[in-house]
Amino acid sequence: MTPIDDPCEKCEEMMQPFLDGSLSPAEVAEAERHLGDCVWCARRYRFEERLRHYVRVATSEPMSADLKARLAALRTPLH
Amino acid sequence: MSESAPTTADTRRLAEEARARVRFEEEALELSDQVYRVARRFVGSREEAEDLVQQTYERAFRSWRQFTPGTNLRAWLLRILTNLNIDRGRRVQRSPQTTSLDTEAGDYFLYNKLEAQVPDENPDEERVLERLSQDSIVDALAEVPHDFRDVVVLVDIGEFSYADAAQILDIPIGTVMSRLHRGRRILKKNLADKAVA
Repeated sequence: MTPIDDPCEKCEEMMQPFLDGSLSPAEVAEAERHLGDCVWCARRYRFEERLRHYVRVATSEPMSADLKARLAALRTPLH
Repeated sequence: MSESAPTTADTRRLAEEARARVRFEEEALELSDQVYRVARRFVGSREEAEDLVQQTYERAFRSWRQFTPGTNLRAWLLRILTNLNIDRGRRVQRSPQTTSLDTEAGDYFLYNKLEAQVPDENPDEERVLERLSQDSIVDALAEVPHDFRDVVVLVDIGEFSYADAAQILDIPIGTVMSRLHRGRRILKKNLADKAVA
């Protein structure tokens, strides 16, 4: 048995590098071919992409106006 | 020592340096929101994050000449911030490493677990994502051990490249990739646990 003979399992392994843009063009083509045929995997890829976005938004806390003012005050006076 | 008044060349050089400094400070300040966003997830509280960012800018403005124009200023600021964070003894206070991380499940497991909790048949990914609250995401990330979390925060929240993250944390790029892989798995495991609770 080869290590990965299930195309969905192979697709699962390629998900992170696919979304990171670190696959080779041939691997991207392979993943896209499978995703075109497999709704099950395609949905999981879309979920992962949305999850990354959601994590970024959910954990982004705006800086306070007070800190912003304190940082601006660190600038070198012009004269 | 020269007795004469500064020459025109001296005056020009000083004026150029003053302009370069102003430009540097303005560019650094424009990045402060992004620097804070990363800092906030490196440490446990808003106060700590604010102190860290303020110290970062104090140090950056003092040592601005060490920055090479044309290189990544955001990464340079984050490198200072990371070093200050280590100096504060953050590594000593780290939470004990979880012995069994149980992160060997595949990358689909969070989706599979959440999907099972949605009553509809074949829910779309947005419905599945609704199982996660904003608070649960913040907590799940905070509970990822520091070494892994730092990489996840830089790459997935700060949107730094692997190479920039490697430079900021002073670790090899291969370590960035393996910690990122592990960190995302731990994050997803934490998210799965919180969605069930």
